[in-house]
Amino acid sequence: MNVKIIKPDATLYEGEAKLVQLPGIDGLFEILNNHAPIISALQKGKIRIVDNNDQTLYFDIIAGVVKSEKNSVLLLVQ
Amino acid sequence: MENLKEVRTRIASVNSTQQITSAMKMVSAAKFRRAQNAILAMRPYDKKLSEIIRDINVEDGVDTPYHTIREAKKVLMVVVSSNKGLCGAFNSNVIKEANQRIQHYRKQADVELSLITIGKRATEHFAKHTTLVKSSYDEVLDKPAFDDVAEIAEDIMNRFCEKEYDKVEIVYNKFKNSLTQILTTEQFLPVMPDNAKKDENKVQSDYIFEPSKMEILKEMIPLSLRSQFYRVILDSLASEHGARMTAMQKATDNATELLKELKLTYNKARQTAITNEIIEIVSGAEALNG
Repeated sequence: MNVKIIKPDATLYEGEAKLVQLPGIDGLFEILNNHAPIISALQKGKIRIVDNNDQTLYFDIIAGVVKSEKNSVLLLVQ
Repeated sequence: MENLKEVRTRIASVNSTQQITSAMKMVSAAKFRRAQNAILAMRPYDKKLSEIIRDINVEDGVDTPYHTIREAKKVLMVVVSSNKGLCGAFNSNVIKEANQRIQHYRKQADVELSLITIGKRATEHFAKHTTLVKSSYDEVLDKPAFDDVAEIAEDIMNRFCEKEYDKVEIVYNKFKNSLTQILTTEQFLPVMPDNAKKDENKVQSDYIFEPSKMEILKEMIPLSLRSQFYRVILDSLASEHGARMTAMQKATDNATELLKELKLTYNKARQTAITNEIIEIVSGAEALNG
């Protein structure tokens, strides 16, 4: 699935990934391939991404929102 | 000839001024382009954010602490200027507008006004003439990183929620293009209800909302407020460089004009000197012959 993380002043990540772990306001959750369409709010924490080469990447955020549909995950973070 | 020398010195000084102004113009042009790119880079973010808000599509308005309308007793005004001068009327416009707002609020007896200044020009001016300045952030303009700007916005938002302020306004130069800046006074808080027409053709994709729509929207308001504040700073910066570019272009043109005139005066003076010398020689020679 395609993942894109954007901040107002930069694009932090854009590319394919197997797994995205997100700090939702009700707790950590993961988005995997073929996830149902979802919109959710994120709280302060770390985003964990496992890309197709099994590399794990972390991004710190203070707040954000995620929208995922048809295997494309859009993260607007700050 | 004293006059000749004087003109020559003036030509030299105008020349070097022109070099400086045209160099400054080039620098501003480069900075302007960078500022403009930052604004462009932010657009997709803004677009996606409002797209998601539209997707959530709540019928009735949201109600967050940021929406509470209180009687405006304690007003905060954020004045965004620049750190450096030589940019035409850029700063004086902002300061004039801010002064007008201050007068406006002073007429209402029970309004307590505070100022936050961004940019040395406004900071210095208002520190000298008023006692309203609560804090000032001049450094953010040098390197406008989102995180630093968001911190200021966060601070203002928290104070608003704690009822320290009832209303927050921003006075700044909105960016239109390199030649035009629009002096703007914008209400930052409380959030103005969005009167934009609601999307009638509701495209209902079946999203899972985690948690509820309302909760997500509440989380998104501060998100969009922070990016709004950041956009204000970027706008002001781009306007500043645009204004400076125009001002320096004008100064360079003026210098060219002045140089032309000076050269003419110089040549006239030189011609007079030569003529005088010839007359002296000729009359000297005639005196010898006579």
